[in-house]
Amino acid sequence: MSELRELYQTTILDHNKRPRNFRVPEACTHDADGFNPLCGDQIKVYAQVEDDVVTDVAFQGSGCAISTASASMMTDLVKGKSLADAKDLFERFHELVTSDPASEPDVDELGKLAVFAGVREFPMRVKCATLAWHTLRNALDGTGEVARTE
Amino acid sequence: MSFDVERIRKEFPVLDQEIHGKPLAFLDSAASSQKPRAVIDAISALYSRDYANIHRGVYELSQRATRAFEASREKTRRFIGAAEAKEIVFVRGTTEAINLVAQSFGRENVGEGDEILITHMEHHSNIVPWQMLCREKGAVLRVAPIDDRGALDMEAFASLLSDRTRIVAVSHVSNALGTVNPVEEIVRLSHERGVPVLLDGAQAVPHQRVDVAALDCDFYAFSSHKLFGPSGIGVLYGKKELLEAMPPWQGGGEMILSVTFEDTVYNEIPHKFEAGTPDIGGVVGFGAALDWVEEVGYDAIHAHEQELLEYGTEALLSVPGVRIIGTAPGKAAVLSFVMDDAHPHDIGTILDGEGVAVRTGHHCAQPVMARFGVPATARASLAVYNNQRDLDALVRGLHKVREVLT
Repeated sequence: MSELRELYQTTILDHNKRPRNFRVPEACTHDADGFNPLCGDQIKVYAQVEDDVVTDVAFQGSGCAISTASASMMTDLVKGKSLADAKDLFERFHELVTSDPASEPDVDELGKLAVFAGVREFPMRVKCATLAWHTLRNALDGTGEVARTE
Repeated sequence: MSFDVERIRKEFPVLDQEIHGKPLAFLDSAASSQKPRAVIDAISALYSRDYANIHRGVYELSQRATRAFEASREKTRRFIGAAEAKEIVFVRGTTEAINLVAQSFGRENVGEGDEILITHMEHHSNIVPWQMLCREKGAVLRVAPIDDRGALDMEAFASLLSDRTRIVAVSHVSNALGTVNPVEEIVRLSHERGVPVLLDGAQAVPHQRVDVAALDCDFYAFSSHKLFGPSGIGVLYGKKELLEAMPPWQGGGEMILSVTFEDTVYNEIPHKFEAGTPDIGGVVGFGAALDWVEEVGYDAIHAHEQELLEYGTEALLSVPGVRIIGTAPGKAAVLSFVMDDAHPHDIGTILDGEGVAVRTGHHCAQPVMARFGVPATARASLAVYNNQRDLDALVRGLHKVREVLT
């Protein structure tokens, strides 16, 4: 049960109940859709980029607690970051949730995202945690591709 | 002999274990059922003593394996009340059986502007093969609607049958909703118009006796692995006249009588549809599963499951915020549900922590999910080996879900 508590931490539950930046922005320079066919999670991520800086990020969609909280915290953290830093953060986050659960999690520079270390114990849920991030990356890359976790 | 679920449970070795420190409550039999010792032993015995490739072997071992393999075909014939053993085609599963009919019967009999009639509650395996055929032939897929309980709208179904309908393909029992379709009526209405009917029986055979002669259906497809047998084996029943008129689907060994580079003479049914070496151990294990079901008896299975379904329905509805999806009268032992403020995926993870195995997601029935306006459901599906303790564990687990997520 302690593993479950690790997964459903207070911060995650709070972001699930009251997701931040859960809106359709009036204007955006980038957007992309994400879809997790396994559980039916659907998300749309919007980003406003000015001079290589992400000035606003928002999202819409429906998903489980892990994917909703991940999307919400992502929007909070990416806002104000340069494109390079945003992508770097995704790389670090991805490394965290896919790392060996027996190892000490490397949470340097991840800040609040460290709460997702609990996902490592639940391999089936890694995709829930990364869907929003894959979708943001597609939006910023401007590929127009739907992000899929399968 | 009176029914004793605890005695039944002892025959399933897998049930006797703890998951995350809690007794396993296995509630995912609609996805695949667990296997009794009799099935495990039959497969083990074949590979330990009697295994060789079947048919045409002149030596003792091959003859033993062939006898065991063909005995399963005869058991299957008896089990579903088919007239002849040659009407039983062994395939990999329900999905392959439906694809076989679509690709063989369908390609011969469906043309441009023709129609194929299915229902809104079909599993993807009874949608996509027909969609593929429609694309290839320029035919039209018609879908009979369901009501808010998940029951088929029979009036709409009847009105969708037309002079262009070439085949009707309907699930006997819905995997996502538990609805038992009025298949006798469906066959009667279709036959009045001269339209053949395929029934997807994957979710029916684990729960009730199926008699293809009484149903008078033209094709009946089901899987071994949902019926306590091994995975990778299934059955296509087809009326002899239809199977004989159909072209082979896959070419290879076993399905021929003679081959030259100029021409090939195809084998008789069912071998015409059984190219290549089959899953011999799987078919033998499947035969043992049929014996096992006959021994327990469908009357006992049905009565026990219906009692549990009633118990489980009441227990689920006692949990605040739970809504059952699929409330058709007389349904099979499937409880699909959603819960306020809890995504099915989170429900599944938290229940697993309590030793309770349920399936969460769209259950390969995305149109059903769309019909009820949910992205996914959690589904507890029952088999003859479940007991009230399993359902009590589910309810305790759902209270835990509330506790964790709120």
